[in-house]
Amino acid sequence: MKLLVIIPAFNEEGAIRTVIREVQAAVPGAPVLVIDDCSLDETKAAAREAGAQVLPLPHHLGLGGCVQAGYKLAYELGFDYVARVDGDGQHNPADIPRLLEVLQKKNVQMVIGSRYSEGGGEYSSVPRGLGIMLFRMVLRPILGKAVHDPTSGFVAVNREALKVFSHSFPLEYPEIEALVVLQRKRFQFEEVECIFRDRMAGQSTITPMKSFRYMIHVLLGVLVNILRKRAVS
Amino acid sequence: MERLIQLVNVVSLLLMLVVFLSLRRQRIRPEYSVAWLGACAALFLFSVWPGPALWLQRMLGLPDRPLALMLIVFAVFMAVFYRFTVRISDLKDSNIALAQRVAILEFHIRSLDEKVKNSNGN
Repeated sequence: MKLLVIIPAFNEEGAIRTVIREVQAAVPGAPVLVIDDCSLDETKAAAREAGAQVLPLPHHLGLGGCVQAGYKLAYELGFDYVARVDGDGQHNPADIPRLLEVLQKKNVQMVIGSRYSEGGGEYSSVPRGLGIMLFRMVLRPILGKAVHDPTSGFVAVNREALKVFSHSFPLEYPEIEALVVLQRKRFQFEEVECIFRDRMAGQSTITPMKSFRYMIHVLLGVLVNILRKRAVS
Repeated sequence: MERLIQLVNVVSLLLMLVVFLSLRRQRIRPEYSVAWLGACAALFLFSVWPGPALWLQRMLGLPDRPLALMLIVFAVFMAVFYRFTVRISDLKDSNIALAQRVAILEFHIRSLDEKVKNSNGN
Protein backbone atom coordinates (compact mmCIF):
# COMPACT_ATOMS: atom_id res chain seq x y z
CA MET A 1 0.00 0.00 0.00
CA LYS A 2 1.50 3.27 -1.14
CA LEU A 3 0.26 5.96 1.26
CA LEU A 4 1.02 9.67 1.35
CA VAL A 5 -0.06 11.88 4.23
CA ILE A 6 -0.65 15.46 3.18
CA ILE A 7 -0.83 18.41 5.53
CA PRO A 8 -2.05 21.71 4.06
CA ALA A 9 -0.53 24.46 6.16
CA PHE A 10 -0.68 28.22 6.40
CA ASN A 11 1.19 29.85 9.27
CA GLU A 12 1.31 26.66 11.35
CA GLU A 13 4.85 26.98 12.65
CA GLY A 14 3.69 26.42 16.23
CA ALA A 15 1.96 23.09 15.60
CA ILE A 16 3.45 21.58 12.47
CA ARG A 17 6.41 19.78 14.10
CA THR A 18 4.17 17.97 16.57
CA VAL A 19 1.63 17.06 13.89
CA ILE A 20 4.35 15.62 11.65
CA ARG A 21 5.85 13.60 14.48
CA GLU A 22 2.41 12.26 15.40
CA VAL A 23 1.82 11.26 11.77
CA GLN A 24 5.20 9.53 11.63
CA ALA A 25 4.32 7.63 14.78
CA ALA A 26 0.84 6.70 13.55
CA VAL A 27 1.83 5.50 10.07
CA PRO A 28 5.55 4.69 10.23
CA GLY A 29 7.26 4.77 6.86
CA ALA A 30 4.57 6.78 5.09
CA PRO A 31 5.98 9.93 3.54
CA VAL A 32 4.57 13.17 4.90
CA LEU A 33 4.03 16.10 2.56
CA VAL A 34 3.38 19.56 3.93
CA ILE A 35 1.83 21.86 1.34
CA ASP A 36 2.86 25.31 2.43
CA ASP A 37 0.36 27.91 1.26
CA CYS A 38 2.93 30.70 1.29
CA SER A 39 3.13 30.97 5.06
CA LEU A 40 4.51 34.17 6.53
CA ASP A 41 6.15 32.34 9.42
CA GLU A 42 8.69 29.48 9.51
CA THR A 43 6.24 26.68 8.70
CA LYS A 44 8.36 25.42 5.80
CA ALA A 45 11.57 25.22 7.79
CA ALA A 46 9.80 23.64 10.76
CA ALA A 47 8.23 20.99 8.53
CA ARG A 48 11.54 20.10 6.88
CA GLU A 49 13.24 20.00 10.27
CA ALA A 50 10.61 17.51 11.49
CA GLY A 51 11.32 15.23 8.51
CA ALA A 52 8.50 16.10 6.15
CA GLN A 53 8.80 16.95 2.50
CA VAL A 54 7.46 20.35 1.55
CA LEU A 55 5.51 21.45 -1.48
CA PRO A 56 5.91 25.22 -1.42
CA LEU A 57 3.21 27.16 -3.27
CA PRO A 58 4.53 30.30 -4.97
CA HIS A 59 1.62 32.37 -3.68
CA HIS A 60 -1.34 31.98 -1.38
CA LEU A 61 -4.01 29.83 -3.07
CA GLY A 62 -6.39 29.18 -0.19
CA LEU A 63 -7.28 25.79 1.24
CA GLY A 64 -8.77 24.19 -1.88
CA GLY A 65 -5.89 25.12 -4.17
CA CYS A 66 -3.43 24.05 -1.51
CA VAL A 67 -5.00 20.62 -0.96
CA GLN A 68 -5.43 20.04 -4.69
CA ALA A 69 -1.72 20.71 -5.26
CA GLY A 70 -1.03 17.85 -2.82
CA TYR A 71 -3.53 15.59 -4.58
CA LYS A 72 -1.97 16.38 -7.96
CA LEU A 73 1.52 15.54 -6.77
CA ALA A 74 0.31 12.36 -5.05
CA TYR A 75 -1.47 11.26 -8.22
CA GLU A 76 1.56 11.98 -10.40
CA LEU A 77 3.85 10.10 -8.02
CA GLY A 78 1.57 7.06 -8.19
CA PHE A 79 0.31 6.92 -4.61
CA ASP A 80 -2.62 4.58 -3.96
CA TYR A 81 -3.96 6.36 -0.90
CA VAL A 82 -3.76 9.85 0.51
CA ALA A 83 -4.70 10.88 4.02
CA ARG A 84 -5.23 14.55 4.70
CA VAL A 85 -4.55 15.96 8.15
CA ASP A 86 -4.84 19.63 9.12
CA GLY A 87 -1.68 21.39 10.22
CA ASP A 88 -3.17 22.92 13.36
CA GLY A 89 -3.28 19.68 15.34
CA GLN A 90 -7.07 19.37 15.53
CA HIS A 91 -6.98 15.98 13.82
CA ASN A 92 -5.39 13.12 15.69
CA PRO A 93 -3.09 11.26 13.27
CA ALA A 94 -3.50 8.14 15.43
CA ASP A 95 -6.90 7.78 13.72
CA ILE A 96 -5.37 7.51 10.22
CA PRO A 97 -5.01 3.69 10.31
CA ARG A 98 -8.74 3.36 11.13
CA LEU A 99 -9.64 5.60 8.20
CA LEU A 100 -7.45 3.55 5.87
CA GLU A 101 -8.87 0.28 7.13
CA VAL A 102 -12.42 1.40 6.30
CA LEU A 103 -11.27 2.79 2.95
CA GLN A 104 -9.88 -0.61 1.98
CA LYS A 105 -12.45 -2.90 3.55
CA LYS A 106 -15.65 -1.08 2.57
CA ASN A 107 -14.53 -0.48 -1.00
CA VAL A 108 -15.37 3.22 -0.90
CA GLN A 109 -13.44 6.07 -2.50
CA MET A 110 -13.30 8.39 0.51
CA VAL A 111 -13.47 8.11 4.28
CA ILE A 112 -14.22 11.09 6.48
CA GLY A 113 -13.02 11.40 10.05
CA SER A 114 -16.23 12.60 11.65
CA ARG A 115 -16.80 14.48 14.89
CA TYR A 116 -20.52 13.92 14.81
CA SER A 117 -20.85 10.40 13.51
CA GLU A 118 -24.16 8.87 14.63
CA GLY A 119 -25.21 12.22 16.02
CA GLY A 120 -22.55 12.35 18.72
CA GLY A 121 -20.03 15.11 19.43
CA GLU A 122 -20.53 18.68 20.56
CA TYR A 123 -20.68 21.71 18.33
CA SER A 124 -18.04 24.32 19.09
CA SER A 125 -20.63 27.11 18.75
CA VAL A 126 -24.34 27.53 18.08
CA PRO A 127 -23.87 29.13 14.62
CA ARG A 128 -21.48 26.36 13.65
CA GLY A 129 -23.96 23.73 14.82
CA LEU A 130 -26.76 25.39 12.86
CA GLY A 131 -24.56 25.64 9.79
CA ILE A 132 -23.64 21.98 9.94
CA MET A 133 -27.28 21.00 10.37
CA LEU A 134 -28.21 23.10 7.32
CA PHE A 135 -25.48 21.48 5.22
CA ARG A 136 -26.61 18.03 6.33
CA MET A 137 -30.16 18.80 5.21
CA VAL A 138 -28.98 20.17 1.85
CA LEU A 139 -26.59 17.29 1.22
CA ARG A 140 -28.86 14.42 2.28
CA PRO A 141 -30.98 14.33 -0.92
CA ILE A 142 -28.00 15.16 -3.16
CA LEU A 143 -25.74 12.43 -1.78
CA GLY A 144 -28.51 9.92 -1.24
CA LYS A 145 -27.25 9.19 2.27
CA ALA A 146 -26.68 11.09 5.48
CA VAL A 147 -23.38 12.78 6.13
CA HIS A 148 -22.83 13.75 9.75
CA ASP A 149 -19.73 15.91 9.50
CA PRO A 150 -19.65 17.47 6.03
CA THR A 151 -17.13 20.16 7.04
CA SER A 152 -14.45 17.77 8.27
CA GLY A 153 -11.12 18.09 6.54
CA PHE A 154 -9.80 14.87 8.05
CA VAL A 155 -10.15 12.50 5.11
CA ALA A 156 -8.52 9.58 3.38
CA VAL A 157 -9.03 8.94 -0.34
CA ASN A 158 -8.09 6.13 -2.70
CA ARG A 159 -6.54 6.48 -6.15
CA GLU A 160 -9.90 6.75 -7.93
CA ALA A 161 -10.89 9.78 -5.87
CA LEU A 162 -7.34 11.09 -6.17
CA LYS A 163 -7.64 11.08 -9.95
CA VAL A 164 -10.91 13.02 -9.81
CA PHE A 165 -9.67 15.52 -7.22
CA SER A 166 -6.41 16.14 -9.04
CA HIS A 167 -8.50 17.31 -12.02
CA SER A 168 -11.42 18.93 -10.28
CA PHE A 169 -11.39 20.18 -6.72
CA PRO A 170 -13.34 23.04 -5.18
CA LEU A 171 -11.04 25.93 -4.45
CA GLU A 172 -12.26 28.05 -1.58
CA TYR A 173 -14.18 25.93 0.93
CA PRO A 174 -13.58 22.46 -0.43
CA GLU A 175 -14.91 19.87 2.01
CA ILE A 176 -18.63 20.03 1.29
CA GLU A 177 -18.33 20.62 -2.44
CA ALA A 178 -15.85 17.74 -2.67
CA LEU A 179 -18.61 15.41 -1.51
CA VAL A 180 -20.82 16.61 -4.36
CA VAL A 181 -17.93 16.17 -6.83
CA LEU A 182 -17.58 12.56 -5.64
CA GLN A 183 -21.30 11.92 -5.82
CA ARG A 184 -21.34 13.05 -9.46
CA LYS A 185 -18.84 10.28 -10.17
CA ARG A 186 -21.12 7.83 -8.33
CA PHE A 187 -18.37 7.33 -5.75
CA GLN A 188 -19.08 6.27 -2.21
CA PHE A 189 -17.87 7.55 1.13
CA GLU A 190 -18.00 6.39 4.73
CA GLU A 191 -17.59 8.21 8.02
CA VAL A 192 -15.44 7.06 10.90
CA GLU A 193 -16.01 8.51 14.33
CA CYS A 194 -13.06 10.55 15.56
CA ILE A 195 -12.45 12.93 18.41
CA PHE A 196 -11.08 16.26 17.30
CA ARG A 197 -8.78 18.26 19.52
CA ASP A 198 -8.28 21.96 20.12
CA ARG A 199 -5.78 23.79 17.95
CA MET A 200 -2.25 23.25 19.23
CA ALA A 201 -1.12 26.77 18.43
CA GLY A 202 -2.28 29.95 16.76
CA GLN A 203 -5.81 31.17 16.39
CA SER A 204 -8.60 30.24 14.07
CA THR A 205 -9.21 32.85 11.36
CA ILE A 206 -12.94 32.07 11.29
CA THR A 207 -15.12 35.07 12.16
CA PRO A 208 -18.94 35.36 12.09
CA MET A 209 -18.69 37.29 8.80
CA LYS A 210 -16.42 34.63 7.31
CA SER A 211 -18.82 31.91 8.48
CA PHE A 212 -21.68 33.67 6.71
CA ARG A 213 -19.61 34.02 3.53
CA TYR A 214 -18.64 30.37 3.90
CA MET A 215 -22.28 29.30 3.97
CA ILE A 216 -23.22 31.37 0.93
CA HIS A 217 -20.16 30.21 -1.01
CA VAL A 218 -20.69 26.57 -0.18
CA LEU A 219 -24.39 26.56 -1.02
CA LEU A 220 -23.65 28.28 -4.31
CA GLY A 221 -20.77 25.88 -4.97
CA VAL A 222 -22.99 22.87 -4.30
CA LEU A 223 -25.61 24.24 -6.70
CA VAL A 224 -22.98 24.90 -9.38
CA ASN A 225 -21.58 21.41 -8.97
CA ILE A 226 -25.02 19.92 -9.43
CA LEU A 227 -25.71 22.00 -12.52
CA ARG A 228 -22.27 21.54 -14.07
CA LYS A 229 -21.91 19.22 -17.03
CA ARG A 230 -20.20 15.94 -16.36
CA ALA A 231 -16.94 17.13 -17.88
CA VAL A 232 -14.38 15.22 -15.82
CA SER A 233 -13.99 11.61 -16.75
CA MET B 1 -33.09 65.75 -19.48
CA GLU B 2 -31.04 66.91 -22.45
CA ARG B 3 -28.27 67.60 -19.94
CA LEU B 4 -28.19 63.91 -19.11
CA ILE B 5 -27.56 63.13 -22.78
CA GLN B 6 -24.77 65.70 -22.85
CA LEU B 7 -23.34 64.16 -19.69
CA VAL B 8 -23.30 60.68 -21.28
CA ASN B 9 -21.63 62.28 -24.27
CA VAL B 10 -18.87 63.82 -22.16
CA VAL B 11 -18.44 60.77 -19.93
CA SER B 12 -18.07 58.44 -22.91
CA LEU B 13 -15.42 60.71 -24.44
CA LEU B 14 -13.61 61.05 -21.11
CA LEU B 15 -13.68 57.31 -20.57
CA MET B 16 -12.28 56.78 -24.03
CA LEU B 17 -9.49 59.23 -23.25
CA VAL B 18 -8.69 57.45 -19.97
CA VAL B 19 -8.55 54.10 -21.78
CA PHE B 20 -6.24 55.54 -24.45
CA LEU B 21 -3.96 57.03 -21.79
CA SER B 22 -3.90 53.73 -19.89
CA LEU B 23 -3.02 51.95 -23.11
CA ARG B 24 -0.21 54.41 -23.75
CA ARG B 25 1.16 53.86 -20.25
CA GLN B 26 0.77 50.10 -20.74
CA ARG B 27 -1.55 49.79 -17.74
CA ILE B 28 -4.17 48.04 -19.88
CA ARG B 29 -3.35 45.39 -22.42
CA PRO B 30 -4.68 46.23 -25.92
CA GLU B 31 -6.91 43.14 -26.05
CA TYR B 32 -8.74 44.26 -22.89
CA SER B 33 -9.16 47.83 -24.08
CA VAL B 34 -11.29 46.78 -27.04
CA ALA B 35 -14.40 46.13 -24.92
CA TRP B 36 -14.07 49.51 -23.17
CA LEU B 37 -13.42 51.43 -26.36
CA GLY B 38 -16.31 49.67 -28.08
CA ALA B 39 -18.61 50.48 -25.16
CA CYS B 40 -17.52 54.13 -25.12
CA ALA B 41 -17.94 54.46 -28.86
CA ALA B 42 -21.40 52.87 -28.67
CA LEU B 43 -22.48 55.25 -25.91
CA PHE B 44 -21.17 58.25 -27.78
CA LEU B 45 -23.00 57.18 -30.93
CA PHE B 46 -26.26 56.51 -29.10
CA SER B 47 -26.09 59.90 -27.40
CA VAL B 48 -25.50 61.89 -30.63
CA TRP B 49 -27.69 59.73 -32.86
CA PRO B 50 -31.14 59.46 -31.24
CA GLY B 51 -32.50 56.65 -33.44
CA PRO B 52 -31.81 53.58 -31.22
CA ALA B 53 -32.74 55.39 -27.99
CA LEU B 54 -36.00 56.63 -29.51
CA TRP B 55 -36.79 53.13 -30.77
CA LEU B 56 -36.15 51.68 -27.29
CA GLN B 57 -38.23 54.45 -25.72
CA ARG B 58 -41.18 53.56 -27.95
CA MET B 59 -40.71 49.81 -27.48
CA LEU B 60 -40.66 49.96 -23.69
CA GLY B 61 -43.08 52.84 -23.37
CA LEU B 62 -40.55 54.97 -21.52
CA PRO B 63 -41.46 58.60 -20.78
CA ASP B 64 -38.33 60.15 -22.34
CA ARG B 65 -35.26 59.51 -24.46
CA PRO B 66 -32.56 60.04 -21.75
CA LEU B 67 -34.07 57.23 -19.71
CA ALA B 68 -33.84 54.96 -22.74
CA LEU B 69 -30.23 56.09 -23.20
CA MET B 70 -29.45 55.27 -19.54
CA LEU B 71 -30.93 51.84 -20.09
CA ILE B 72 -28.58 51.39 -23.05
CA VAL B 73 -25.64 52.63 -20.92
CA PHE B 74 -26.56 50.12 -18.23
CA ALA B 75 -26.88 47.25 -20.72
CA VAL B 76 -23.57 48.07 -22.44
CA PHE B 77 -21.63 48.22 -19.17
CA MET B 78 -23.30 45.10 -17.81
CA ALA B 79 -22.08 43.31 -20.93
CA VAL B 80 -18.56 44.66 -20.37
CA PHE B 81 -18.61 43.65 -16.68
CA TYR B 82 -19.85 40.18 -17.54
CA ARG B 83 -17.15 39.76 -20.17
CA PHE B 84 -14.46 40.73 -17.69
CA THR B 85 -15.90 38.55 -14.93
CA VAL B 86 -15.66 35.56 -17.24
CA ARG B 87 -12.10 36.55 -18.16
CA ILE B 88 -11.06 37.06 -14.52
CA SER B 89 -12.53 33.67 -13.59
CA ASP B 90 -10.58 32.01 -16.42
CA LEU B 91 -7.41 33.79 -15.36
CA LYS B 92 -7.88 32.77 -11.74
CA ASP B 93 -8.26 29.12 -12.73
CA SER B 94 -5.18 29.33 -14.97
CA ASN B 95 -3.25 31.11 -12.25
CA ILE B 96 -4.05 28.43 -9.67
CA ALA B 97 -3.14 25.63 -12.07
CA LEU B 98 0.10 27.42 -12.93
CA ALA B 99 1.01 28.04 -9.28
CA GLN B 100 0.37 24.37 -8.49
CA ARG B 101 2.51 23.30 -11.47
CA VAL B 102 5.35 25.61 -10.40
CA ALA B 103 5.21 24.19 -6.87
CA ILE B 104 5.24 20.59 -8.17
CA LEU B 105 8.16 21.30 -10.51
CA GLU B 106 10.07 23.00 -7.69
CA PHE B 107 9.40 19.92 -5.58
CA HIS B 108 10.79 17.64 -8.32
CA ILE B 109 13.85 19.85 -8.81
CA ARG B 110 14.57 19.82 -5.09
CA SER B 111 14.16 16.03 -4.99
CA LEU B 112 16.56 15.65 -7.92
CA ASP B 113 19.03 18.05 -6.28
CA GLU B 114 18.96 15.97 -3.12
CA LYS B 115 19.50 12.75 -5.11
CA VAL B 116 22.49 14.29 -6.93
CA LYS B 117 23.96 15.56 -3.66
CA ASN B 118 23.51 12.15 -2.04
CA SER B 119 25.10 10.32 -4.99
CA ASN B 120 28.00 12.76 -4.98
CA GLY B 121 28.37 12.24 -1.24
CA ASN B 122 28.62 8.49 -1.74
